[in-house]
Amino acid sequence: METPDKKIKAIEKQEYEDLASQIRPKPKLARNMAWAFVVGGLICMSGQWIINYMVSLGVSLTDASTSASCILIFLAALFTGLGYYNELGQHAGAGSIVPITGFANAIVASALEYKREGYIFGVGARIFSVAGPTLVFGFVIAVLVGLIKVFLTS
Amino acid sequence: MVPLYMAFLVGGLLCVIGQIVMDATKPTVTPGHILVGYISAGAILSGLGLYQPLVNIGGAGATVPLSGFGHVLVQGTLKAVEHKGLLGAFSGGVEAAAAGITTAIVFGYVVAVIFNPKG
Repeated sequence: METPDKKIKAIEKQEYEDLASQIRPKPKLARNMAWAFVVGGLICMSGQWIINYMVSLGVSLTDASTSASCILIFLAALFTGLGYYNELGQHAGAGSIVPITGFANAIVASALEYKREGYIFGVGARIFSVAGPTLVFGFVIAVLVGLIKVFLTS
Repeated sequence: MVPLYMAFLVGGLLCVIGQIVMDATKPTVTPGHILVGYISAGAILSGLGLYQPLVNIGGAGATVPLSGFGHVLVQGTLKAVEHKGLLGAFSGGVEAAAAGITTAIVFGYVVAVIFNPKG
C-alpha cells in the first residue's frame, strides 16, 4: 500500500516530466529533413513541369530551363512580398532556401527590411546584402575555371 | 525529358543536405551561407565535370537549386572560352546567367517597393 506522501511525490514527478518535456527541444532533425525534402522536391518538380511543358511546345532545353528559373524567381519574390514565403520557410528550412526561390526570397526580404532607409540606399542597396556575396562567389569561381581552361588549351 | 519524380527526388535530396548542414552547425551557418555554399559547390563541381551528370538525371532537381546557378555560370564561361578565349572567361558566365540575375534584381526591387514588411 502506497502512503499518500509517496503518491503525491509520484504525481509531482509526473507533473515535472510533463512540464520538462514541453520545454525540452525535441529531436527535430528528422522532421526538418522531411520538410526540406518534400518542399524542396516540390519546388524543383514544379520547375521540371514548366521545362517539360515548354520543351513540348518546341522551346530548346536551355531556354526552357532558364525560363523555369525566372518564373520561379518571380513567384518567390511575389510570395515573399505577400508574406507567405517566410511562413513556409519556418517549416521548410533548407527546402525553401536551397532552390533559386530562396535566392529571390533573400533579395526581397532583406530589401523590405530596410525600406525605411529609402528606395535608393535602402531597398536598392539591401537587395544585394545576400545576393551580393552569392554572386561574388559564383563569378569568382566561374572566372577561375575559365582561366584554368584558357591556360590548359593554349 | 526528365520525369517529374526524378526532379522531386534529386531536388529534395539536395535540400536535405542543406538542412543537415544547417542543423549540425546551428547557429553559425545562416541561410546566406547556405546560398553562397551552394553556388560555390555547384560551380566547382561543374568545373570538374561532375554536375552535368546530376542535371542529366535530375533535370530541374539539379538546375533549380542554387548549385544549378553556379553550374550555369561555369558552363557559360567554359563555352565562351572555346569561342573567344580569354575574353570569354570574363563574359561567358554572366551572359549565360543574365536572365536569372536580371529577373531576380528587377522583380526583387519592384516587389520590395510595392509591398511593406509584415509584422
